[in-house]
Amino acid sequence: MKIDSRLSVAGLTVERSRRSILDSISVQFVSGDVTAVLGPNGAGKSTLLSCMAGLLQPSLGIVDLDGTSLNVLAADERARRIAFLPQIPEISWPVDVATLVALGRIPFRRRASDAANEAAVLRALQATRTAQWSQRLVTTLSGGERARVLLARVLAGESDWILADEPFAGLDPAHQFEAAELLRSLASRGHGVVLTIHDLALAARIADRVIVLHRGRIVADGTPEAALTPSTLREVYGIEAQWLSVRERGVPLIAIHGRHVG
Amino acid sequence: MRAQRWIMPALLVLVLVLAIASIAVGRIVLSWNVWLDQDAIGRTILLELRLPRALLGIVIGAALGLAGAALQGYLRNPLADPGTLGVSSMAAFGAVLSIFFGVADFHPWVLPLSGVAGAMLGMLALFLLAGLTASALTLVLSGVILSAIAVAGIALVLSLSPSPWAAGEIVRWLLGALADRGLDDLAIAAPLIAIGAALILSSRRALDALTLGEIGARSLGIDLGRAQWQLAGGVGLIVGASVAVSGIIGFVGLVVPHLLRPLVGARPAALLVPSAIGGAALVLAGDVVVRLLPGGSEVQLGVVMSLIGAPFFFALLYSMRRQVT
Repeated sequence: MKIDSRLSVAGLTVERSRRSILDSISVQFVSGDVTAVLGPNGAGKSTLLSCMAGLLQPSLGIVDLDGTSLNVLAADERARRIAFLPQIPEISWPVDVATLVALGRIPFRRRASDAANEAAVLRALQATRTAQWSQRLVTTLSGGERARVLLARVLAGESDWILADEPFAGLDPAHQFEAAELLRSLASRGHGVVLTIHDLALAARIADRVIVLHRGRIVADGTPEAALTPSTLREVYGIEAQWLSVRERGVPLIAIHGRHVG
Repeated sequence: MRAQRWIMPALLVLVLVLAIASIAVGRIVLSWNVWLDQDAIGRTILLELRLPRALLGIVIGAALGLAGAALQGYLRNPLADPGTLGVSSMAAFGAVLSIFFGVADFHPWVLPLSGVAGAMLGMLALFLLAGLTASALTLVLSGVILSAIAVAGIALVLSLSPSPWAAGEIVRWLLGALADRGLDDLAIAAPLIAIGAALILSSRRALDALTLGEIGARSLGIDLGRAQWQLAGGVGLIVGASVAVSGIIGFVGLVVPHLLRPLVGARPAALLVPSAIGGAALVLAGDVVVRLLPGGSEVQLGVVMSLIGAPFFFALLYSMRRQVT
């Protein structure tokens, strides 16, 4: 089943204690793409993702999934179509890995059969290569292992959209790479993937599209190389950086020379 | 770790054995053939004292175990329990007020419903103070505050009470016991507890989802506002009705889920029904023990439970303190 979905925000404004976190943002996301949202701390990345996941009611503007506002979509239905991985995921109880991943099927508990739910959990475990830990308690896992399990939890919903707030934080380079490949493969199977990320090189490596947020506004939107121009990086992060002309084995490289002075 | 299959049957057998013990044991030990012996006194003891007492033990124990497991799941904290959080004390305060103002005599339902009102008020105050994101410390402090308010209120009512005899009766009842209760008490408590249990069980999905925290649960499509009302209503009904009938029997909801978690797994919804059955077993066992203790008069069940539960609470907080810091 080919996924063809649009998740868009229009005029999205979020204000908190009279400070504008997001300032009238309008952007459309297309399934099949990995979109990386970048920007300095406090740029509004997490707020944007929370609004898109239906977890935060914007002060103004709407989030729209294939022509239906999230406001009118039932919470269950929204959860079946949009999965969300929070920046600081919480695990309150020492459950085993299989049980934790199965929580991702909660929106389907009355919809799908037990067998279908179990099969989806198994697929998520296999995709994240965490099946070997399925009977282990999450409390016995390392930070990186736990991050993979939490990703499996998000995948278990097999939702059209996966919104991940800094999914690679705390992962070593090998596991970052693995998780990035996994999200890429999901996009190639048609899922829409939107993630926030701080690592410019990793963003350039996995994203089809990069959106740069600065002070609650979109300042760049395009392919990694088009969006992360030296002038944008200078404006947004205050750093001097440039793309290297050689693409090492198809991977774009970025060199950061130092802080911008002046 | 998956739920061990033998747990549920084992718990049920345990409850059955303890129920039989509860019926048989006491100042007069009933024999197996009390029914055939044409023994009128034995039969009266069986039907009017022991049987209601055993049934009440099962119902109250199950209610308290379920309420504890539900509160722990919702608040994501193994220290939560209607007793430690002051909800039981608030229920007692509500019930005592209805006695003090004389409205409890109007109708047999007034006292339990006043208890329910007190417990629900306690739950709402708890949600207001601790909310969903409370640390263990905030939660325990909230319980301290609620208990303090309720105990102060009860003390005030007792000191204003016109007859020392009535005050003494209230104190005895507050200590918690299953003795001298009849089927009438059960008939009032059971429906309220059943409705409360249904409310709690209908929030299973929310309790499970909360394993991933507040944001995680909401991203799974859970309406946490609704879950909060279900819990406030469910726990309020259960605790209010239980306290109105048997006084404060504390720590059942704290001890039972904690003991069962390693056996049935920590998933909150999976813990609900086993905790109810385990609670029934614990209360029945405690109620048999108080009858076996030497001495002229029976020790109150609530006192025995506190003697067991309070050190348990101490050890639990101590182990958590070491984990957290």
